[in-house]
Amino acid sequence: MEETKFTPQTWPDHPEQATMEGKNKFVGIWIFICSDIVLFASVFATYLSLKDKGPAGMEFSAAELYELPLAFVMTMLLLTSSLTSVFAMYHMKNYNFKGVQTWMIITVLLGLGFLGLEIYEFYHYVHIGFGYTQSAFSSAFFTLVGTHGLHVVIGLVWITCLIVRNARRGLNLYNAPKYYAASIYWHFIDVVWVFIFTVVYLMGVLG
Amino acid sequence: MGHGTEFRAKTKAQYQYDRHHNAVHMRKQVVNFAIMIFLTFLAFTVVVADFSPFFIKPLILLLAGIQVVLQLYSFMHMDDKKGHHIGVIQLFVWTGALIAFTFFITFLTIIWW
Repeated sequence: MEETKFTPQTWPDHPEQATMEGKNKFVGIWIFICSDIVLFASVFATYLSLKDKGPAGMEFSAAELYELPLAFVMTMLLLTSSLTSVFAMYHMKNYNFKGVQTWMIITVLLGLGFLGLEIYEFYHYVHIGFGYTQSAFSSAFFTLVGTHGLHVVIGLVWITCLIVRNARRGLNLYNAPKYYAASIYWHFIDVVWVFIFTVVYLMGVLG
Repeated sequence: MGHGTEFRAKTKAQYQYDRHHNAVHMRKQVVNFAIMIFLTFLAFTVVVADFSPFFIKPLILLLAGIQVVLQLYSFMHMDDKKGHHIGVIQLFVWTGALIAFTFFITFLTIIWW
């Protein structure tokens, strides 16, 4: 691959889709997301069917288990990290690599905060006896929220690799689509979380 | 795969116009973000405020729906007409959403109703 040194004046309007590979990556990440929608649909449907179901005399119910303040803070962290990756893409359009890296790092930090709270939450549930094998309800809950958590972990590893790998490379048409695809994926994680906090936490508290 | 592309230096006017356009677009994104935060607040507030569940449940589902459409079309640029195969992508996403919806209906009706 021959290197082209860009300036802000020669940098294309849609750097993420200026090359054939960029176009393919753009369509590819979307097709992946479409299949991921179906994956999450099945774990969501399982959760809704098995919510509050378990062995006779089960002491755990969604209405008493969940804590809204924690879910609220997690939602804010993830929603804000979505905006910070939009800022990264804004700087990518303006050929400002430092801006891209800085905002991507902030995105990763917010994502780590989210992940830390989720681990704390899971730890707390297991600690009070609500483990994965406790009931149909607990299995469905951990599978749904855990699948989302796994997506967060993958996203964090992905974006961290991009930041490290391209730190000395600077912005070009080879890595612009990579950053773009990662940011689309990160937004999708947020999209799924919107449904999780609504369907699992808010509707769970309602009973 | 090809990394090559044709490009040429923009004129100064074009460059300034594009910079300005990007900045305006970014401001819109921040407004959309503010709307999403507001919708989230609203959803949590109606639940904490303890209204009737028959009122709250449809309302927070509607709020979630609005937020997701905002994310898809604003943050994820599904409204961008210049996107490669954007029509196919839109078709796929909404088909995925339709399949997702049938999953809910199927699981809930077959298993418990």
